[in-house]
Amino acid sequence: MEGGFIAMPTDVILWILGGLILISAVMSLALRNLIHCALFLMVCFLGLAGLYLHLNAVFSGLVQALVYVGAVGIILIFAILLTEGGGTETGSHLGSQWRTGIGLAVLLAFALLGAVSNSPQTTQAARHTEEPTVREIGLKLMTDYLLPLQTIGLLLTAAAIGAVVLAMQEPKPRKDETP
Amino acid sequence: MVPRVILGGGIVKGMIETARNFVGSYTDASRLTTVEYPEQRIPLHANARQFPFLVFDGTDPMAGLRCVACQICEKECPPQCIYIIKDSVKKPDYLGKMQMQPKVFDIDLSVCMSCQICVEVCPFDAIKMDTEFELSNDDRFAGLLVNKHQLAKPNSHFARIHPAEAAEVDGRLAAEKAKAEAKARADAEAKAKAAATSPPPAGNPSSSPPPKS
Amino acid sequence: MEPLKGLLSTLWKALTDQPDPKAPFLESIPEDYRSLASAVLSVAPILMVFPLLFALTTVLERKGLGRIQNRLGPNRVGPAGFLQFAADGLKTLTKEDVVPRAADRVVHFLAPIALVIPVLLTFAVLPFGRNLAPIDLDAGLLFFFAVSSATELAVFMAGWASRNKYSLLGALRAVAQMVSYEIPLVLAALSVVMITGTLSLSAIAAAQSPTPGSFLAPWYVFTPWGLMGFLLFMIAACAEANRSPFDLPEGESEIIAGYYLEYSGFKFALFFLGEYLGLFASSGLAITLFLGGWNAPFAFMQGWLPSWVWFFAKLATLIAVFIWIRGTLPRVRMDQLMGLAWKFMIPMTLLTLVAAGLWHRLPSAPLRWVACTALLAGAFLVLGRVLMPRTRHGRRVYRYAD
Ligand code: SF4
Ligand code: SF4
Repeated sequence: MEGGFIAMPTDVILWILGGLILISAVMSLALRNLIHCALFLMVCFLGLAGLYLHLNAVFSGLVQALVYVGAVGIILIFAILLTEGGGTETGSHLGSQWRTGIGLAVLLAFALLGAVSNSPQTTQAARHTEEPTVREIGLKLMTDYLLPLQTIGLLLTAAAIGAVVLAMQEPKPRKDETP
Repeated sequence: MVPRVILGGGIVKGMIETARNFVGSYTDASRLTTVEYPEQRIPLHANARQFPFLVFDGTDPMAGLRCVACQICEKECPPQCIYIIKDSVKKPDYLGKMQMQPKVFDIDLSVCMSCQICVEVCPFDAIKMDTEFELSNDDRFAGLLVNKHQLAKPNSHFARIHPAEAAEVDGRLAAEKAKAEAKARADAEAKAKAAATSPPPAGNPSSSPPPKS
Repeated sequence: MEPLKGLLSTLWKALTDQPDPKAPFLESIPEDYRSLASAVLSVAPILMVFPLLFALTTVLERKGLGRIQNRLGPNRVGPAGFLQFAADGLKTLTKEDVVPRAADRVVHFLAPIALVIPVLLTFAVLPFGRNLAPIDLDAGLLFFFAVSSATELAVFMAGWASRNKYSLLGALRAVAQMVSYEIPLVLAALSVVMITGTLSLSAIAAAQSPTPGSFLAPWYVFTPWGLMGFLLFMIAACAEANRSPFDLPEGESEIIAGYYLEYSGFKFALFFLGEYLGLFASSGLAITLFLGGWNAPFAFMQGWLPSWVWFFAKLATLIAVFIWIRGTLPRVRMDQLMGLAWKFMIPMTLLTLVAAGLWHRLPSAPLRWVACTALLAGAFLVLGRVLMPRTRHGRRVYRYAD
């Protein structure tokens, strides 16, 4: 799958995807309707998945689509609908803590820039771009990265159980109400 | 009831039943009861009734119409869908008596509720229920107002759709006619006898007045 | 003339199972257009075959349901009613497209498209025949699930953008149902991945080819864990496709038509199409994973028919079973639906994974047969006993009435 089906310069695809991601990210912040924001966030996630696929990271791309669009997005939408109610226009674009937010964003941008520019992938001249197969990723996860994987799994399980416990708190039926 | 022991047992049972229906619809007529209506028809019920029609005797619909425009049906019809105007010209009925006749006899098909009350109240057996049910029309105003020419149907039609009732009516009418004829004959005889016993009035010896009918 | 000859030769090669069917056509056209032509060659047959299959299925489904209910079904349009789909299609195409005034027009417009496109994309990785996989992706199974998870979003978009409470309720039901049943769906598929050790659907199908000396093909459905996995996969696929008896999202009796209530004309037809194509895609995946893909059931039959004929024969069988189920089972309740997913499907799929692991580890044939069968059958019986509704009914209490 080199360069997609249509012989198009790699840079063009990169620019299109980048533009899509950026525009949808901005829209997901700028729009007033929460559901529209969430939908644009999905577009952003899909654009990222496309970017991964374009960069030959098939596994990451597909998992990005599966997890972020399929699961996280749906949870987000459920959360919006079950709390604020979808379709309500929020008041101001800026929250009360927008200064802190911008500060954090700038910090994060610097951290990421630093990480990217110091990474061996960019400093070394020879970049190995061959695609790691799913099998290799699986083997790595089950050997070298077993402990982090299990820890994350435990964390998520705990979170799931906690959510169930929270959701199960129903008012106890009265004495005369034997079910 | 059979206790359901295995999860999904009821599902399997249901699937078998529907499979039997499916296969049976090809082999067993009782499992495919659809009548394909315009091509296939089931015989109508003996007392089927749909919409009234006017019975006429003989061959000329208008001359043989039994209706005497008495307007009883018009008054009795619950939704008031019959509309009658009497004609100024009389015509003889089956007994030869001069009777009124309708100039206009309309029934509104869209209003008629097939209650058969007009039939029950008619003293002259002039209006009966038809079994024709394909009455749709592409003109929802004029097309649904049925006039007396469309309403008039021969007695043979009545005999075909409701044989038992028609036979009964025919018998009654024939008996009445026979009685009337016998009475007329008796009257004529009585008159003849009277004429024979008493001398005819002077000045008019040869021609007797026609019997009043 | 050259390209036409190449196209015919490509078609012939594709229909007769020869390797690399695209080559003759691609060689006949200029170098620059080859990758584009290759894509078109992959996409066009899918776009032709599956909508046609959808059209045929709608007619056959109505006829079959009719027979199941002692009726005849459609039999007026065309020979024996088989052109009914053309009449239906024309009707939906010419109908007025009504958009509610309060609707979110853009999202309302995008939703049916967002439903059909991912569903069509899932066909890209299914191996329809020995050399007929549109894209032979290393992570094909992952691709399938990743792409089909986008349909949930489309359903939600449809329900929310219509600004109708029934639409929204239907969409929430649909999304909750799809999220719940995606877990058993993926877990059931995972058992096959554990055995074959690959996510490539072509490789999974090829792994079920009969070996020359044997009699029965080694389809995974012929093993205890495979049979259980297949059944669970089909139940989950049925729920994923919102098909009867899991068609609560469109429950006419309570929420009218659910998320596509406010759609008319061609957009409604697109939803219909998307639903059926989703069903075909899940059935195709089930065939690839458990029913041997394009392989014949017995070794001696392997060369009798082209491989794609086997695939489509299995697909037709599965569709028939779906219709049969739809004609038999009443719609379940929401709590029954969720109970089935979380209390039965997920434990059973997890046990199926264990059984697949056992099957992989245990050396001798009789031992692993006994062990896997005992594990799964025992779990099935116990779970069935536990979940079976009790016949003891207490005094009925009306919580809110008095
Ligand atoms: S059948 Fe009933 S409604 Fe119809 S014309 Fe006669 S009396 Fe009126
Ligand atoms: S149909 Fe009968 S009741 Fe009606 S006007 Fe004629 S004679 Fe009278």
